[in-house]
Amino acid sequence: MLSITTFIVVTVIKIVIALVVLLTAVAYSTWLERKVVGHIQNRWGPQRVGPFGLLQPLADGAKFIFKEDLTPPYVYKPLYLAAPILSLVLALTSISLVPIGNWVTVRGVSTPLEITDVNIGLLIILGITSLSVYGVALAGWSSNSKYSLLGSLRASAQMVSYEIALGLSLVGVLIMSGSLSLREIVDAQGGHMALSIPRWNIFRGQIVAFFVYLAAAYAETNRVPFDLPEAETELVAGYHTEYSSMKFAMFFMAEYANMITVASIATLLFLGGWHGPLFGPPWLQAILPVFWFALKVFGFIFLYIWIRGTLPRFRYDQLMAFGWKVLFPIAVANVLVTSLIVALQK
Amino acid sequence: MLHVVLFFVFGTIAVAAAVNLLAQRHPINSALSLIVVMASLATLFLLMGAEFVAAIQVIVYAGAIMVLFVFVIMLLNAGEEERTPGSRVAMLLGFPAVVLLAGLVAWTLLARNPHPVPVELAGRFVGSPSAIAELLFRDFLLPFEVTSVLILIAIMGAVVLASPLGSVTGPDSPERPPAKRED
Repeated sequence: MLSITTFIVVTVIKIVIALVVLLTAVAYSTWLERKVVGHIQNRWGPQRVGPFGLLQPLADGAKFIFKEDLTPPYVYKPLYLAAPILSLVLALTSISLVPIGNWVTVRGVSTPLEITDVNIGLLIILGITSLSVYGVALAGWSSNSKYSLLGSLRASAQMVSYEIALGLSLVGVLIMSGSLSLREIVDAQGGHMALSIPRWNIFRGQIVAFFVYLAAAYAETNRVPFDLPEAETELVAGYHTEYSSMKFAMFFMAEYANMITVASIATLLFLGGWHGPLFGPPWLQAILPVFWFALKVFGFIFLYIWIRGTLPRFRYDQLMAFGWKVLFPIAVANVLVTSLIVALQK
Repeated sequence: MLHVVLFFVFGTIAVAAAVNLLAQRHPINSALSLIVVMASLATLFLLMGAEFVAAIQVIVYAGAIMVLFVFVIMLLNAGEEERTPGSRVAMLLGFPAVVLLAGLVAWTLLARNPHPVPVELAGRFVGSPSAIAELLFRDFLLPFEVTSVLILIAIMGAVVLASPLGSVTGPDSPERPPAKRED
């Protein structure tokens, strides 16, 4: 048990590290996206600012700060200002519950590699994600513009619909691990099965749930092919049409932070979290779990970008039909089959 | 000690937001105040050790039901509330009635048990997901299932009422009878 002072110091250190790492990851996801989409489209992507364009995110940040911060005169100001803050705060909060590795001990102080370990961590993350729809909805409504309102109406409807499939796709994993704690869910996936296949949930019959989660998560984060809320060909920029400068950057950062959270949850629930082959000297074995976790999350982000470079956008009625008539029944069937198998095994 | 401080902080926020809900004249501000009330209630549940109830409070009420409220307000583009002579009468009658009701409840509670036991704020409540699941799916299985059937009936009723022809066939289903032409 830690003393209260040590606890506060350790927690503050962890919060600072988590925020710095997350924001850096957000910045470089944008770089990665431009680079990968560029290569997919036979272009170079950013390459002028620094080697391989690696300083491009810094240049973008400086540009956002120095852009004119325009507030249109006809907006409803309190909510217009609150919406981007709400989006970013909620996106950054949910990462505090994501464990990225085992416990570490530094100078006799032992702490888990996450900001806080809650025994219903997954539910709290789902709660925070379910609130993030307000940022989008209020942005669109308070902008007092038809494009923003249409975009945010689409976004709210889409996020509420796909949240159901998203939640249900996780139930199979929860039944198998019998816990809502992200740490316990990951611990249950350690070790190997026959043929040295890792005991990750995706290999233990949850592969359908994994793809349902993947599709629902793309819709939740408003990414291609589900990016109708900001379909630029019909809605200018959707819910953030009237935002400029840092207020726009906050929405942008929130979107990428949400992508990273979604990728982390997929890694924890389906891909065994930080489990992976361990080898080498002790210091390497201490770092490897975090490396495996980061690698899996990176894989997800790459997949996001790959899909963005590959697929066209859904039509709105197709989007709703896909969510309610395809994903939802599959997720329910997965819950039924998983619970039947788990019940028969007992 | 910390629990008591947090209780008063979030209790005050909940009451203030509830008052704000009534005082605001624009529906979207009222809806947002209600979300604040729900979130503070979730924190109060958390203080009592009912983590699961707190999470469900946020997911279901703040995250789902209130989204629907905000959605409808946005969709209808509802304007500011208008004051009519009727609302003045409601105010004149309403405030004394609220005071009367609150006094009555407080008096009844105090008369029933003159030495009230303080509520345990340090997490004695057994509210883990498994404990609640055992209550719902073992001890109260029948009421739970009957409630879900009740909700199903309500959903079906809503579908029937919302259907334009009074039938449940959708606009693009082939078995729908051709629409009558009056002209």
